[in-house]
Amino acid sequence: MVLGLSSKKEKIDGVAESAGVSLAASAWKRLRRSPVFLTGAVIIGLFIVVSVLSPWLAPHNPSEPMLIDQVVKARNEIPPAQPGHPLGGDLQGRDFLSRLLVGSQQTLIVGVGATLIGLAGGLFLGTLAGALGGWVDSVVMRLVDVMLSLPSLLLAFSIAAMFAKPSQFTVILAVAIVQIPVFARLLRGSMLAQRHSDHVLAATALGVKKGAIVFRHMLPNSLSPVIVQSTLVLATAIIEAAALSFLGLGNPDDRIPEWGQMLGDVQNVFDTHPHLAAYPAICIIIVALGFTLMGETLREALDPKNRR
Amino acid sequence: MLRYTIRRLVQLVGVVLVLSLLLFAWMRLLPGGPVSALLGDRSTPEKAAELTKQLGLDQPIFVQYIKFLGRAATGDFGVSTGVQPGDSALDIFLQRFPATIELSFFAIVIAIAIGVPLGYLAAKRRGGWFDNFSVIGSLIGVAVPVFFLAYVLKDAASVGLGLPSQGRQGDINATRVTGFFTLDGVLTGEWDATFDALEHLILPSIALATIPFAVIFRITRAAVLDVLDEDFVRTAEAKGLTAQLIRRRHVLRNAMLPVVTTIGLQTGALLSGAVLTEKVFSIPGVGQALAIGFERRDYPVLLLLIIMATIVYVVVNLLVDLSYALIDPRIRTR
Repeated sequence: MVLGLSSKKEKIDGVAESAGVSLAASAWKRLRRSPVFLTGAVIIGLFIVVSVLSPWLAPHNPSEPMLIDQVVKARNEIPPAQPGHPLGGDLQGRDFLSRLLVGSQQTLIVGVGATLIGLAGGLFLGTLAGALGGWVDSVVMRLVDVMLSLPSLLLAFSIAAMFAKPSQFTVILAVAIVQIPVFARLLRGSMLAQRHSDHVLAATALGVKKGAIVFRHMLPNSLSPVIVQSTLVLATAIIEAAALSFLGLGNPDDRIPEWGQMLGDVQNVFDTHPHLAAYPAICIIIVALGFTLMGETLREALDPKNRR
Repeated sequence: MLRYTIRRLVQLVGVVLVLSLLLFAWMRLLPGGPVSALLGDRSTPEKAAELTKQLGLDQPIFVQYIKFLGRAATGDFGVSTGVQPGDSALDIFLQRFPATIELSFFAIVIAIAIGVPLGYLAAKRRGGWFDNFSVIGSLIGVAVPVFFLAYVLKDAASVGLGLPSQGRQGDINATRVTGFFTLDGVLTGEWDATFDALEHLILPSIALATIPFAVIFRITRAAVLDVLDEDFVRTAEAKGLTAQLIRRRHVLRNAMLPVVTTIGLQTGALLSGAVLTEKVFSIPGVGQALAIGFERRDYPVLLLLIIMATIVYVVVNLLVDLSYALIDPRIRTR
């Protein structure tokens, strides 16, 4: 019954538009030809490939202080570039290139982890508020208001500072919680807009259960702003994780490196050895730019206003 | 209008109370709280127990909170344990906020002064090289971690341009009137003090301005693009108004609402960015106190400063909402 209804709905939409292309299809058609989107996609594609393959790409073990002799001999000098170590070593005499390569993996984990947790929390709260309305809506939205009345990065700092033992997980959690109210608001907005729309009314009239209406009709129709927001959050999560490390709120265990941590941890030697900060910073900027390019072009492509 | 303002202010009180309760509970329930932070390596169980009792940390959490509220009403927010040990949290805030307000003010002025005209120009020349170039530039702007940019500016510009690489320290011999260093020089006629303060503000405020600038630029561009498509712009052109008049009276005025909203929301980015920027440039402001507070888990200071930041953020956004009526007469009549 439900399936029959949705296929019929598509047919009606198709007739109304004469061309009969769904929003996703027409968006993809435009994205495929957008050089900006393709640039972002290539950057992110490369980033994912490198991070998955990094254990095999890295020439050395990123946590082994193999150049420690040079650090000790020169009294805390940072090992320069040399045969076998094209970027030299870091403060503890570990191969810098290997750390950069392997760092991509943890960076991807931080970005994706924070986005998924934020998304799940926002999805839950937003769906709850938007679908049920009434007092549930009021309670959830007041909570969201309190969270949004703190500047977001400051909220992330505060949450991270509340864990006595910082770790990779607390970093991910701090960045993720900040995103929950943003996602919740987005979802609630589009849920509310649909509550009295014709397709929901039709489904209700046909006796479709409330749960099915929410999950099969309202939620899928609310997803495009959420997808756009997720892409943008992937970028900010990586940058915010770096800021946490810079304030000493990041993961103190640096055996398995992460770019934000690498950048935040070398603040004391920035004046003398800027390359230790510059490489991870450039990696972060490029990846964040890649996600942002994809997110912004997705937003434009999925905006019904821009359909031609 | 008045009723609306009052309702929003009441909401603010609610938000602050809930937030303070959450922060208070969260910070007190932590293991390794202020006691171990204060004692450090010298901690012994006896000393720790004594200090816990002295600070009142052995009482039930809601008793502590009620006591805290009572003291807060008289301006006593507790004593700093890490930022400036022994000083009262309120004094720390009062000493430090002028530096942060000054920094944020210059940053937002830079962001608006460059972002709005650039956004307008980019929209006017949509698709041209200037548009593409500045859009890409703004996307890179939001992708750069603030503190990294601050370090680059600090190192590059202090060497290349001879600008001071540290923020104002407050030890120059100038008369203090308000605590705002740029303002004091003007008030007392000590112009060199004002110039010195301004010189110290250039690099930090540029670093802090990048993200608000990039966002304001993009919103202005999008808003102007929307308005340029409107019928009334075509009508204004058709009836022969000068380009200047159309720009000022029709395009910019109608594009201003989303821009002003964004400027309000960007105060949040300023407040959080100040934590990072002030740390890099060693500016003795609220942001630096927060940075040290997070590092040393100085709860009384953190609690007060976070609540103050929230109040500033909410009030600025309230002012922004109220300013809609000034910009758009249609809202005033409602």
